[in-house]
Amino acid sequence: MEHISGAEIVTRCLQAEGVEFVFGYPGGAVLEIYDAIFRQEQFKHVLVRHEQAAVHAADAYSRSSDKIGVALVTSGPGATNALTGIATAYMDSIPMVVISGQVGTSAIGLDAFQEVDMVGCSRPIVKHNFLVKDVRDLAATFKKAFHIAKTGRPGPVVIDVPKDVTINKCAFEYPETLSIRSYNPPTKGHPGQIKKAAQLLAEAKRPYIYVGGGAVQGGAGAQVTELVKLLGVPCTNTLMGLGALDGTDPNFLGMLGMHGTYEANLAMQYCDVLIAVGARFDDRVISVPSQFLSNPKRIVHIDVDPSSIAKRVKVDVPIVGDVKHVLTDLIAALKEGNLRPNPDALANWWKQINEWRKPNSLLYTPSDELIKPQSVVQKLWEITHGEAIVTSDVGQHQMWAAQYYKFRRPKQWINSGGLGTMGFGLPAAMGAQLANPDAVVACITGEGSIQMNIQELSTCKQYNTPVKVLSLNNRYLGMVRQWQEFFYGTRYSHSYMDALPDFVKIAEAYGHVGFKIENPADVEPVLREAFSPALKDRLVFMDFRTDPSENVFPMVQNGKGLNQMDLPPHMHGLQQVPFENNRDYGNLC
Amino acid sequence: MRHILSVLIENEAGALSRVTGLFSARGYNIDSLTVQTTEDPTLSRMTIVTHGSDDVIEQITKQLNKLIEVVKVIDLNEADHIERELMLIKVRATGKDRDEMKRMADIFRGRVIDVTEKTYTIELTGPGDKLDAFIKAIDATSILETVRTGASGIARGERVLKI
Repeated sequence: MEHISGAEIVTRCLQAEGVEFVFGYPGGAVLEIYDAIFRQEQFKHVLVRHEQAAVHAADAYSRSSDKIGVALVTSGPGATNALTGIATAYMDSIPMVVISGQVGTSAIGLDAFQEVDMVGCSRPIVKHNFLVKDVRDLAATFKKAFHIAKTGRPGPVVIDVPKDVTINKCAFEYPETLSIRSYNPPTKGHPGQIKKAAQLLAEAKRPYIYVGGGAVQGGAGAQVTELVKLLGVPCTNTLMGLGALDGTDPNFLGMLGMHGTYEANLAMQYCDVLIAVGARFDDRVISVPSQFLSNPKRIVHIDVDPSSIAKRVKVDVPIVGDVKHVLTDLIAALKEGNLRPNPDALANWWKQINEWRKPNSLLYTPSDELIKPQSVVQKLWEITHGEAIVTSDVGQHQMWAAQYYKFRRPKQWINSGGLGTMGFGLPAAMGAQLANPDAVVACITGEGSIQMNIQELSTCKQYNTPVKVLSLNNRYLGMVRQWQEFFYGTRYSHSYMDALPDFVKIAEAYGHVGFKIENPADVEPVLREAFSPALKDRLVFMDFRTDPSENVFPMVQNGKGLNQMDLPPHMHGLQQVPFENNRDYGNLC
Repeated sequence: MRHILSVLIENEAGALSRVTGLFSARGYNIDSLTVQTTEDPTLSRMTIVTHGSDDVIEQITKQLNKLIEVVKVIDLNEADHIERELMLIKVRATGKDRDEMKRMADIFRGRVIDVTEKTYTIELTGPGDKLDAFIKAIDATSILETVRTGASGIARGERVLKI
């Protein structure tokens, strides 16, 4: 058999995995790999302007498709620059393979030029990582890496490849199958547990379905929808779960959590049977567990990762398994046993929920003088018919995007939920556009976040990714400012950005189209123009000068319960406890 | 509560650091940790002594299982088990203390494995509390050096940890 170099093996492995794009940045330790890339045409390389962006782009490529994003970085600073991106993907359980160059095996440990212990640095933020010390191990390692990244609870996998391994030669054969005796992710849930869950639902008076990113990543959108329809029960999505149930569905109560809607949060607090699907009861969702559990409820928790279950909240019916499989079986069990919640109780529950819905906690005061950031997102939704893939950065604009863009389907909403990485939005939009060349991709960002990876405007030009950037520019690090207003006596310590650049000129300098929008009346016309066929193939940067004093409501402060929200002004004084001493909530239904 | 976890893990470079990294990253306690390859050279067996509430121990077990290289984890406390630890202790042994030290070693079924004119080095095995008791029983000022392995544990009876 012909012997080929490790570098060529790397490219052949990527081809065998059906990789379309590699996002990367060359450097000394990966020159052999880059040479092998030069000599092949099966996949394309996207040259980013900073390694962090390569990883975010690869991450969003995965998030917005069923494929796996791949990033390639050199050793040392290339590897460390990639870490933020790797941690971002890890926190949101995104499958991804990151290849990092490493100094030659004989130089490892000698503080060589551009040497960093990448396996050590990345260990706490990867699903798994490998240092390949022998060229003969390369192919099997790639096979394992892709398998581990995408199965079970997905996550990023790093392959660290020393330079001599890319030079050395051996015979190449990509393994067709593999087995890892220590790694057998669960698929089917336990039938007995599924039966118990079905039974609980049938006994429920105030059932509620709480859906997280696991349902999106696990491709269980259809099953979530079917379950909700079958039972006619209310449903909420977490920040990561948005799109799992259509945001316009009448059974959808909106996002829950720190900036969740009034009805979604109160339903979470006062439900009596909760079905958690691929969600992890994290602090931004349920706040303090003891507060959350102060109203008794029975909980079914479906998750592929056993360690997610009973981590923050004890549950009554844990079901370990792939959410898609488990929901399919649960639906079958409900149908088979003709199990449904009591219709009268359910009608009463909906009556209460509709009371909570009435005041509309997402209402804001419109203005003729200042652009309300929420209105920009709403207009975007109208103009893109709710069909755009939306990426965001981190902060107030992210919450407004999540609240006001009613996502219709899974994988349409791309944001850094777990790690909260500013600078994610633009490279993510790039990756999402490359994975979905025909889709409309919008990046909702702020003037703070966008400047953390603004250099990627250059990459967007080079690879013709015509994303539409909506910067909600309030001249403040908005979420920091909001917290300083609420909790730090309006001492706005270093949250005001002075000396902002002219973003229109920046966009133009990079070869794109830029608009500055200061008047509320111009919001819609500019958006229409940006999304018009005339600018279909252009990146359009929209610098919306928004109301700097606007805050994100509702808000659950740290340490408070979901029924202790700070509400927008029009809801002040509203009772968030249905009954006093609501332990005996039974009166309601 | 104190728990002894037995872990079968792939005998690969870096596997140990994944385990210790997990404990430090998630704020779990390691009271002791021993590791050595098994009769199957592809596998290592680890004994981790830790403490925490039942919830914490459950999380530790789950998180360990989540590591790709971990093949199996059992909590030995779930059933009868045996644990042993080895201590090597170098003590001053001069004058009348020399005989006394030998007697104490005998009482604890220790063995003197190295002798000089002024010192004994004693090998002692047993559960950790027996080793503690020995240290308490002898004159503290006579202790020159101690080295302990940490506990190794195994289930009683026919229960085995194997793949």
